Amino acid sequence: MTPAIELAGVSRLFGAVRALDDVSLAIASGEFFALLGPSGSGKTTCLRLVAGFDHPTAGKVTLYGEDVTGVPPFERSVNTVFQDYALFPHMSVAENVAYGPMVRGVGAVERRQLAREVLELVQLASLADRAPSQLSGGQKQRVALARALVNRPKVLLLDEPLGALDLRLREEMQIELKAIQQKLGITFVYVTHDQGEALSMADRVAVFRDGRVEQVDTPRGLYVRPRTAFVARFVGSANVIEGALARRITGSDQAFAVRPEVIEIRAADGPPPAGLLCCEGTLEEVHYHGATSRWHLRVGDAVLTAVRQEAAAAAAIPAHGARLRLAWSRESLVPLEAR
Amino acid sequence: MPALRAAAAFLHGRRGFYLALLLLPPLLWLGIIYLGSLFALLAQSFYAIDEFTARIVPVFTLATYRQLFSHPANLDIILRTLAMAVAVTAAAAVIAFPVANYMARYATPRVKALFYVGVMLPMWTSYLVKVYAWRLVLAKQGIFSWFVDLVGLTPALDGALATPVIGGPSLASSYIGMFVVFVYMWLPFMILPLVAALERVPGTLVAASADLGARPRQTFRHVVLPLALPGLAAGSIFTFSLTLGDYIIPSVVGAPGYFIGMMVYQQQGTAGNLPLAAAFSVVPIILIAIYLALARRMGAFDAL
Amino acid sequence: MRSRRVRAAWDRASLGQKIAAFAGLAFLHLPVWVIFLYAFTTEDRTYQFPPPGLTLKWFEVAFARQDIWAALKLSLGVASVATAIALALGTLAAFALARSRFRGRELITLLFVLPIALPGIITGIALLSAFRMGGIQPGFWTIVVGHATFCIVIVHNNVIARLRRIPPSWVEASMDLGADGLQTFRHVLLPQIATALLAGGMLAFALSFDEIIVTLFTAGHERTLPIWFFNELFRPRERPITNVVAVTVVLITLVPILLAYRLTRPNDTRG
Repeated sequence: MTPAIELAGVSRLFGAVRALDDVSLAIASGEFFALLGPSGSGKTTCLRLVAGFDHPTAGKVTLYGEDVTGVPPFERSVNTVFQDYALFPHMSVAENVAYGPMVRGVGAVERRQLAREVLELVQLASLADRAPSQLSGGQKQRVALARALVNRPKVLLLDEPLGALDLRLREEMQIELKAIQQKLGITFVYVTHDQGEALSMADRVAVFRDGRVEQVDTPRGLYVRPRTAFVARFVGSANVIEGALARRITGSDQAFAVRPEVIEIRAADGPPPAGLLCCEGTLEEVHYHGATSRWHLRVGDAVLTAVRQEAAAAAAIPAHGARLRLAWSRESLVPLEAR
Repeated sequence: MPALRAAAAFLHGRRGFYLALLLLPPLLWLGIIYLGSLFALLAQSFYAIDEFTARIVPVFTLATYRQLFSHPANLDIILRTLAMAVAVTAAAAVIAFPVANYMARYATPRVKALFYVGVMLPMWTSYLVKVYAWRLVLAKQGIFSWFVDLVGLTPALDGALATPVIGGPSLASSYIGMFVVFVYMWLPFMILPLVAALERVPGTLVAASADLGARPRQTFRHVVLPLALPGLAAGSIFTFSLTLGDYIIPSVVGAPGYFIGMMVYQQQGTAGNLPLAAAFSVVPIILIAIYLALARRMGAFDAL
Repeated sequence: MRSRRVRAAWDRASLGQKIAAFAGLAFLHLPVWVIFLYAFTTEDRTYQFPPPGLTLKWFEVAFARQDIWAALKLSLGVASVATAIALALGTLAAFALARSRFRGRELITLLFVLPIALPGIITGIALLSAFRMGGIQPGFWTIVVGHATFCIVIVHNNVIARLRRIPPSWVEASMDLGADGLQTFRHVLLPQIATALLAGGMLAFALSFDEIIVTLFTAGHERTLPIWFFNELFRPRERPITNVVAVTVVLITLVPILLAYRLTRPNDTRG
């Protein structure tokens, strides 16, 4: 099947800055695809190239098999939900939503109907005659979504759409967005710097770093098998162990990651557990997180973090400076590529 | 419509071409008519007038500039104009600062709106009418001397008018009067950029300064004033440049001494010596260029 | 928001600061009102204050003067044409320069400041030099050329200030929804800059209507209203009529200025 979006060897240079550096990606039709990375990693640039706001310095952008590299945004069947919503202040909610059909020459009656349908989809039909300035942040976000959906795009691009909302509203909208995507079967490309958002919503995630794609995988795949130290640290939290310490623990020079929740903590005076990898450290700090607590232990030059269920840990927290043994199974160790 | 849309799509991919298309007409106007005229002006200043036929000889010569700088009277005119421009700029800054500071930092929104209209209204009132009004105000029997008489200060006014150089038979025909009118005319041009600059000083900076122990006077001196400097520089560009080039005010209100602008107007008109007028008008251009270079270093253009 | 906050006692304007601010404002207003008073005085020879009596007869006299009407007509004509040219060229320039970056942009920006940064007398004498060299006879069109040159700058400044307040995402959103450049201009940009255009146009009109410094160089034998007025200043015999014309000129220029101010007040823009 032809992918919905394909980027082949795409680079975008701003002067000497490589905002995107030889990126290749294929996004399947109907997929919820997240572009995840810290700010300045190239994910928004990538989105703008797909939308047509910007054009690549090198490489090719394809939409459903059609080369759109030089095609202007108004000739692409792709729509965007903007980070600042970009609602036109001189138009009502309904006029904003009907804007796409209007510029495509759809008659007044029909486009009012179209707008109403989409506004019902996002549960805002009652606010159709309001001005954007009279809406709350969450409502503006829904209008922006409705406006982008009214043209029935094959692909919807979302640029940090929930970034300006508070935490509770954000969680609500995450569920709603996912539901709408499944209902309409549209390909969603979702830019975010929030790994929790990417993991919970996306079918697949591309992790960006310095203009390059570091890894593309399902959320579970990213978490369980991060390929690099960067991905291991950016998606969830991870103890990255390399150099002499790695050699001492595994006997090999290859760096590896261990998730804090797989580390067991035991007293240092017992016999070394059979079949487990282990090392010894001193307890530096314990941070309380409600259901869990995070223990920071110094091992040589490194500080490793372990997560313990609070119910088990509360009984006896050793004094600071206590010698403890950290142990984990060989299977839970994730080998990392050198970069 | 399809043709238009095709054109739009064509232009979309060619941003440089599209920009050039937009920029070409205005650029042609300013580039050819305005810049072209400035070059014509420069060229004229390197011509000279034939003393016998009184006609312009279009041959390159420095004779006109020699004439300009060799007459002590001409140097007097330049110095007089420069001194007036500097004095007017300084006075406008001193008067404008309290007004702008009050507007930007203390006035309630309603009072501020009142001040805005209050500053804009006279600024945009007909220039000639304002000059004329000042002639009425400063005239011998006019409102100003009436007021001075009312408060019993007539001897003080007479004393000021008796001062050599800046005095004169009446305020309307003295340098003092001219100075007052100049300051009046350009004051709004100083107030508005100052307000803009002062408005950009966040209130938290003033609070922080006070929090760290600064008295209001110290806060003003060390925090507000330095941050308002670009606005001050921007405003002074207007007051300085407008004073240098004006010839209406000195000819309607003021003493008999000539100013650069009057010389330019007279040389091209009654005297019929366009080259000398052109050479005279190059002087303020150079003075302003020097001033702009200084202002730029103070960051004046950020506040324009 | 900031201005709404109640000021704490340590950061209030002192009485001296208040007096200085209001005194400055009063200084700006005094002469304007004097003119209105003098238009009604019965005294026609000196500037005696207070006026010995008030009358409306000078308005009647001025109304019957053909030379004033001719000058007024010329001034309105010049201002209309100069404003039209300025609106077209100033808007184009604003669109080109609002967000673009290219080599030489600084120089072009400087060129768009120069006509108001340099004193009017330079524009005047420069245009006159060019007209003389080109053998162009001064008249209606030379006046228009002079006025349009600085009016372009006024319109450009007004429009570019508004354009820069429009987030780039609005244009992108419009194109994203299927609007091409022209449609985006018509449905998104034009409604946003309409008031700025109107305001710029009215300021340009008022400036042109009132212009004297450049006009004296470019008018030849034509007489705009300000030139008529200027000549009158050195012919003191008709003082009362001059006063009446002064009041008329103030009123004609102030109406568009006040409208322009209303249209460009920062809190007037929606969104």
